[in-house]
Amino acid sequence: MASDVGKKIAKFSRPAGSLKYQEWIAGYLFAAPFIIGFIAFLAYPMLYSIWLSFHRWDLLSKPVFIGFQNFVKLLQDPRANLALYNSLFYTVFAVPLQLMLSFTLAMALRTRIKFRDLYRAGFYMPIIVPLVASAVVWQRVFHPEFGIMNEALGWIGIPAQKWLFDPALAKPAFIFMSLWMIGRQMVIFIAGLGNIPPSLLEAASIDGAGPLQQLRHVVIPLMTPLIFYNMVMAIINSFQTFVPSLIMTQGGPENATLFVVLNIYRQGFDYFNMGYASALAWELFIIIVGFTVAQFYISNRWVYYGD
Amino acid sequence: MTTKERESNFLSGTSKFRLWMYQHSKTLRQIGLVVLQIALTVFMFTFLIPTLWMVVSSLKASTEIFSHPIVWIPKDPQWRNYVRAFQELPLERFAWNSFVVVVGAVVGTVISSALVGFSFARLRWPGRDFLFSLVVATLLLPGVVLLIPRFVIFRNLDWINTYLPLIVPFWLGGSPFYIFLMRQFIRGLPKELDDAALIDGANRFQIFARIILPLCKPVIATVTVFSLLEHYNAFLEPLIYLNSMDMWTLPIGIRGLNDAYAANWELVFAASTVMMIPMVLLFIFAQRYFVRGIATTGLKG
Repeated sequence: MASDVGKKIAKFSRPAGSLKYQEWIAGYLFAAPFIIGFIAFLAYPMLYSIWLSFHRWDLLSKPVFIGFQNFVKLLQDPRANLALYNSLFYTVFAVPLQLMLSFTLAMALRTRIKFRDLYRAGFYMPIIVPLVASAVVWQRVFHPEFGIMNEALGWIGIPAQKWLFDPALAKPAFIFMSLWMIGRQMVIFIAGLGNIPPSLLEAASIDGAGPLQQLRHVVIPLMTPLIFYNMVMAIINSFQTFVPSLIMTQGGPENATLFVVLNIYRQGFDYFNMGYASALAWELFIIIVGFTVAQFYISNRWVYYGD
Repeated sequence: MTTKERESNFLSGTSKFRLWMYQHSKTLRQIGLVVLQIALTVFMFTFLIPTLWMVVSSLKASTEIFSHPIVWIPKDPQWRNYVRAFQELPLERFAWNSFVVVVGAVVGTVISSALVGFSFARLRWPGRDFLFSLVVATLLLPGVVLLIPRFVIFRNLDWINTYLPLIVPFWLGGSPFYIFLMRQFIRGLPKELDDAALIDGANRFQIFARIILPLCKPVIATVTVFSLLEHYNAFLEPLIYLNSMDMWTLPIGIRGLNDAYAANWELVFAASTVMMIPMVLLFIFAQRYFVRGIATTGLKG
């Protein structure tokens, strides 16, 4: 209301046209950092990357146009396909487990227990540990001889495993480690649970719904937007994991933790196949965007947006 | 017993049970809470163990690290492990590099996201909504596709092995997430403030600097905390752009230490602990901004 009055006064006191253009100019000036940055560091690199993916280039000699050869190659390259399989395996198992754990923790931390803030901080703590530090620590947590993982398993009678040295256990070990870093998802869920109107739960309880029914018919439906958000973000991030594989295993054993981004990094910065690395990046790009779009499409069926 | 009798017995059994549950619901809930409290305590402790183990092991003698059964508490804390870590690699140099990069990038992020967020939230100009949809799209964009071309572009600019590729993009709205946060926050401020100032003859920049910015302190704190964490942790980009050791940031330095002194766990752990300390302090002093930022992200995303 007041803003309308403001506009009217402004209109009378100055020529309307100049004020409008003044606002346009101010708008562009304030947004200029983003506009410039978007063109220089996003749009241009992306176009350039498309161009690169149709060339063979080792950074030294002149780029050679080779048509679709990079894309044909990546479909046949066993390493590229293995990397894709590894990333897919990791994402498919890590993301649901992360969501289940963070949701359960958030539920537990919404009850009337004591020292809630302390627990919250404790479960959030791994996010504070620098990623590189986490990687060097977990590398040793999983050490077959002197790591604490095998030590702990020994207490309950499970024989020592080779973890990061065993092709069958390396990916599960990474997934296990990722469950340690769910603080962000947990905090988002806690905030969301806090926004559920208590009156709804009371109404459900008066209607005779037990805790499990309340969870299933009230809490989870109301939380679906956040579950969806966390899921989309977790999938995007999982497909792009890099640091643990580079530091903890260098992609081994037997390429069991060669994830897509590590493969791109190697192709680009170890073998200087800039064109091929760009093509690999576009392949991953299309897969991730495909997953994201598919999730938005399916979300209409299960995400509840109220009203 | 006929089926009917059995059924009625069963029914009365459950209803007796339900009645009993109802009569004792308070006690049951209390017991449930105690069980939950114990379970959470144990579980949180397991969450903390890797970090605690890192800190404690950084003080062990190497004979204590490689021993069975595991030594949990070092007999004689080896503080000189820290001295040695600094001697083996120039950690103080890495810390300085990290400091420059982090401060440069965070200041740029805060300034540019405030300016751009203000424009998206408050000013009307052609193409604004389209550009804002680009901001949102970039949030979901897998950054991996930018890795190779950006490297080539910065190489052509002769920026390799300088701090510039790690700072300049963030002065130019290189972090759409923070633009998004700023815009959401500024939209929540009453528009009457702007209009009143406009009538008083203030220009857009004065409105931004004198009215909007002072009200943005909470969101600026959130953006600062988050981008601090992000840039302090950044690994892939520094790894690609900084190739001489005197330019390395802490994450790259610790990776170097980990590769060169793989058998010296105590050194690697000491350096990692050193790198963790600023984050722990940040967390202790700015905890509410961590939580608030994440919460708003999720709820409005």
